[in-house]
Amino acid sequence: MVAIIDYGVGNLFSLKSSLSYIGVESETTSDPSALRSADRLILPGVGAFGDAAERLRACGLDAVIKEEAARGKPILGICLGMQLLFRVSHEFGEHEGLGLLDGEVRPISDVIPSGLKIPHIGWNSLSIVKNTPLFAHSKNGDYVYFVHSFYASDCDDSLAAVTEYGAPLTAAVAKGNIFGCQFHPEKSGSVGLSILRAFSETEALS
Amino acid sequence: MITKRIIPCLDVGGNGRVVKGVNFTDLCDVASPVELAEKYGRDGADELVFYDITASAEGRALFTDILTETARRVFIPLTVGGGINTTDDFDRVLKCGADKVSVNSGAINDPSLISRAAKLYGSQCVVLSVDVKRVDGAFRVFAKGGREDTGMEAVEWIKRCVGSGAGEVVVNSMDTDGVRGGFDIPLLREVCRAVSVPVIASGGAGGTDDFIGLFRELPDIDAGLAASIFHFGHVGIRELKEKMMRAGIPARVTESE
Repeated sequence: MVAIIDYGVGNLFSLKSSLSYIGVESETTSDPSALRSADRLILPGVGAFGDAAERLRACGLDAVIKEEAARGKPILGICLGMQLLFRVSHEFGEHEGLGLLDGEVRPISDVIPSGLKIPHIGWNSLSIVKNTPLFAHSKNGDYVYFVHSFYASDCDDSLAAVTEYGAPLTAAVAKGNIFGCQFHPEKSGSVGLSILRAFSETEALS
Repeated sequence: MITKRIIPCLDVGGNGRVVKGVNFTDLCDVASPVELAEKYGRDGADELVFYDITASAEGRALFTDILTETARRVFIPLTVGGGINTTDDFDRVLKCGADKVSVNSGAINDPSLISRAAKLYGSQCVVLSVDVKRVDGAFRVFAKGGREDTGMEAVEWIKRCVGSGAGEVVVNSMDTDGVRGGFDIPLLREVCRAVSVPVIASGGAGGTDDFIGLFRELPDIDAGLAASIFHFGHVGIRELKEKMMRAGIPARVTESE
């Protein structure tokens, strides 16, 4: 069972549909006990980092996610959900994240040449830089769908894939049982479904 | 490298079928929207646009069912338009699986709709759709499915809506729509100069060469949208993408399944 963490941010219909399409049982929930009993967690999210981090704290789910991460449960952050895995974000001020990964969330305007459109929106290719279970069924050059204006910088050893948009931007991260996609696997056709399938096959760390 | 998007547009009529008009009238029946959407997904469409032209309460319910069924089977971005007048309308289609919502007459009737929706759902979710026609040498905005001249200048209107929070713009040229003589390059050039959000070209595609010409002449255009040429099989999406690649235009070519 995969628990999709529902903290009032974003549209979870497609994520749930995509899991169901590949035969993975999931539950959309904000109940801490459901998160504790699930085999894997997905942290989705769209919108502003500060708001989302605050909502997680307000419903006490930040502590639950950190506990489950420490127990070795596989966790996948998607889009803003991936950014929340990091220590801090500089999106409209400075906001504290979950701190499960080292690195900071910064505006892509810091690194891409002026003249490129922001947000980075559309299909872009993955350059896989790390051997991770998340890409068990993927290959270099696979196209995935992005919509974002901020990116994770200084990810160090968690960096798993980058995408080129005037500069290499963090596309995916993986470290131990913690995984993240800046893109939307639930909107990335068969490539995205295969990444969700790979996540559903990951094992808990003991 | 970011690719140029190819977007089939499905107008869903009151009978729950895809319909296609020629110069906005003479609607004819094409196919089941869910099956067509699945086919386009397999062929490598980068996104799908669903327009609700059912224009009745029963039609609206039927449309939402079709949308939900599509979102359960097709995993690429879905944009919904037609009859979007309030943030409640946004809510309704987003809950049924839409990723983006396109507003046209709704924004003309109430320009605050865009800023309110952008605040609630984010700019990435709000698409401005504009029907444009030349009147006395000027680009004018038309409302109500192209039936009513608003008197507004198109580029100014688009700039205003982007300023209010529209995250993408679909520019549909009524002058080239349904004629299959190519996209409206002069109009699209003006729009690309005026705004920095993604611009999607619509109206006029007659064959693969029209897409190649569009992306070559206007490198700032992000996507090309068309309906009948895909529905009637005049242009296959896979063939189009392969041709774009050969022409040096970045395109996402999917493997055959």
